[in-house]
Amino acid sequence: MSTVDVREQVPETPPLGPGALLVTQARKAWRWLTSMRTALILLFLLALAAIPGSLLPQRNLNEDKVRQYYLAHRALAPWLDRIGAFDVFASVWFSAIYLLLFTSLVGCLVPRLRGQVIALVRVPPDAPSRLDRLPAHRENLALDGDPAAIAARLRAALRGRRFRTVVRPQPGGGFTISAEKGYLKETGNLLFHFALLALLLGVAFGSWYGYRADRVVVRGEDQGFCNTLQQYDDYGLGARVAPGDLEPFCLTLDDFQATYLDTGEPADFRAAVTYTVGDGAARPAVVKVNDPLRLARARIYLLGHGYAPVLRYTDRYGVTQTTVAPFMNLDGNGTGQGVLFFPDANVDPTRPRDPFDKLQVAFQGVYVPTSDGVSPLSTFPAERNPVLVLTPYRGDLGMDAGIPHSVYSLDQHQIDTGRLKPVGTEPIRLKPGGSTRLDDGTTVQFVGTRPWIAVTVRYDPGERVVLIGAVCLLLGLVTSLTGKRRRVWFRIPPAGPVAAGALARSEYAGFQDEFDTLMKELE
Amino acid sequence: MAALSDNLLVYAILGYALAMLAYAVEYAFGSRSVVSRVAERELVGAGGPPVVETDTVPAADPGLAHLAGRVAYAATGLAWALHLAALVTRGLAAHRVPWGNMYEFVMAVCLVGATGWLILLTRRPGLRPLGLFVTLVLVLLLGIDGMLLYTRIAPLQPALNSYWLKIHVTAAITASGTFLVGFVAAAMTLIRTGYDEGKRSFPYSLGDRLPPADGLERTTFRVHAFAFPIWTFAVICGAIWAEAAWGRYWGWDPKETWSFIAWVIYAGYLHARATPSVKRTVATWIAVLGWAAMMVNLFGVNLVISGLHSYAGVK
Repeated sequence: MSTVDVREQVPETPPLGPGALLVTQARKAWRWLTSMRTALILLFLLALAAIPGSLLPQRNLNEDKVRQYYLAHRALAPWLDRIGAFDVFASVWFSAIYLLLFTSLVGCLVPRLRGQVIALVRVPPDAPSRLDRLPAHRENLALDGDPAAIAARLRAALRGRRFRTVVRPQPGGGFTISAEKGYLKETGNLLFHFALLALLLGVAFGSWYGYRADRVVVRGEDQGFCNTLQQYDDYGLGARVAPGDLEPFCLTLDDFQATYLDTGEPADFRAAVTYTVGDGAARPAVVKVNDPLRLARARIYLLGHGYAPVLRYTDRYGVTQTTVAPFMNLDGNGTGQGVLFFPDANVDPTRPRDPFDKLQVAFQGVYVPTSDGVSPLSTFPAERNPVLVLTPYRGDLGMDAGIPHSVYSLDQHQIDTGRLKPVGTEPIRLKPGGSTRLDDGTTVQFVGTRPWIAVTVRYDPGERVVLIGAVCLLLGLVTSLTGKRRRVWFRIPPAGPVAAGALARSEYAGFQDEFDTLMKELE
Repeated sequence: MAALSDNLLVYAILGYALAMLAYAVEYAFGSRSVVSRVAERELVGAGGPPVVETDTVPAADPGLAHLAGRVAYAATGLAWALHLAALVTRGLAAHRVPWGNMYEFVMAVCLVGATGWLILLTRRPGLRPLGLFVTLVLVLLLGIDGMLLYTRIAPLQPALNSYWLKIHVTAAITASGTFLVGFVAAAMTLIRTGYDEGKRSFPYSLGDRLPPADGLERTTFRVHAFAFPIWTFAVICGAIWAEAAWGRYWGWDPKETWSFIAWVIYAGYLHARATPSVKRTVATWIAVLGWAAMMVNLFGVNLVISGLHSYAGVK
């Protein structure tokens, strides 16, 4: 409130021109932005703005949940979307808050850095004239000897305690000693705040030059993949990443082991893979939860797993085809759902293809690794009593138009328009190795399953900066919270008793105790 | 061994409840002068401005209050030992660190809180009137824990099976337990300050027997200044673990988001307290807000919002 009083005393200044007015206003705004009060408000806005990010579904976490929210709140969702409520942490307002906060931080830090550099170079100021006005002080210190000897002794003792000490001879004879300690506090404080800036830069750098890509890998050499965008189900590239920048590696899944407790809770997952980088030799590796495969510029994580049934179909012309398709998990017990496609089935080798009379085949299926014979869902995640339930479809799968569609479901449009028809009335239930004949004499055999794993490939070159920033942040924080800056002065007159006074420049509860101990030891 | 752990926890809760009762007796029957005299000694020792309490209301029954104070101290210590034994036996029964689910987590947080309180009490006996509220919070949290969050012993999920569990979760527990003590100190500071300003309605009426606001406020700060770097460490370790487990160090998962919110609020508290233009009461309110964020992070995120940190195991 005292600042208000001061302002009122300032005499009226002549009216300013538009340019000068702008400068004044800008300066005022800058002062406002870099004030602690503003920084605190921004800090709270930041905390407040993060809350919707945890309550509303977020695109970066789960696109599906956002879609569900849209369906559940048809009127509200588009409005929320417009203000970025489903992308809170990338929204304009969230970014605005932290950018303002960091600007405020820089505006506050630069003068403080300058001040600290000066403080580190400068010697402690001379003793104030009245030492007895200081919070801690002593008159009549019992020190014997001539002033110069006392000064030398005190200086040595203070330097031994790592005080920065300076002795100043006084005009009328005698000396003053100024000593200061605890510069680390402000240094740590500055380190903490600059580390925050480093953290922000590291995050930004990583988001520009990093990428992520996800896909499912079924076991087997024929099912491997290479690190190119075409081979991913989903990916996100940083702004400065071109598709050609991805580390050239290829990977196949050789084996996947999942162990479960009797309760069905998972105990361990491990995926044995083979990978090659560039033209290098093939190398084996094991990928586990919490233990990714780390390459020079990519990391491969095991995120999920499931079953991929293998089906053999023999068509009307005696041609046998085998296909494998990963089934998506419906629950935690491994019940999977998917479709096995045979787009090249029932093509008469003696006649040209008729695009309007296709007899393509697909099987929509549900795989139950442990069936209790009653429930349509699995009762245990491992394959104890596996059953594959299939619904065959015949006709035009709608795959030849070049329109991409899901590999986990049939094209509903083809079914609705009658171009793709279900075969038979009852679903087929098959055990591994089992086979059955369809109404047109073709046969289908459930060969068995292969495991699949869901992997995510990540690269974030900003990580190292962020980690170093985080370590510096913690170091700076601890130093700034534990450090105590204090000054001690001595006045040694040409004759007579020595006086001492001390001042803690930050909150320091044990200050008086330290001063008393110091005095006792110096005497 | 598992059943032993369960029983020990029940006895620990009873112990804390007994301590709470004893603290309450001391609180009710002790004279204000006794409280303030202890507090005054405390303050001079802390190097703060001397506070002179002028009212010397005679104690209703000083003997009873004295006895109750001793019982409270002993009961807290006994309950703490039982609490520790409950956690240790739980770990022995599960063959792993006993913080693999929410039930165990809360139990461990409360143990840290109780430990912090005992250390504080030993070093600053003048703060004893706070014991009533510390034990109240402990009994409430442990009661909720035992009744609503109880989970049978199970091995760790593969996702949790990492040495980071020992580092990250231990740090989170230590910080949370310390913040618990800090929260009680902050709340008591506010009550006492309100009482000093002449507020007499509940809960300010409780301020009557509390130590002076100055000392309480300083304790609040020191406890938070101790806990904050540990919390920072916990979040950083979480980020390192997340990089190894999920492929990114930060992904705004609800748990991460609320840890960030709590961190920002506590950072705000430390800054507000270092700023002379911000009133100490406002700063202390921010500390209380920080604890609220910690509670949302514990109960809200684990039980209501789903995310990657779904290890609560509460059915």
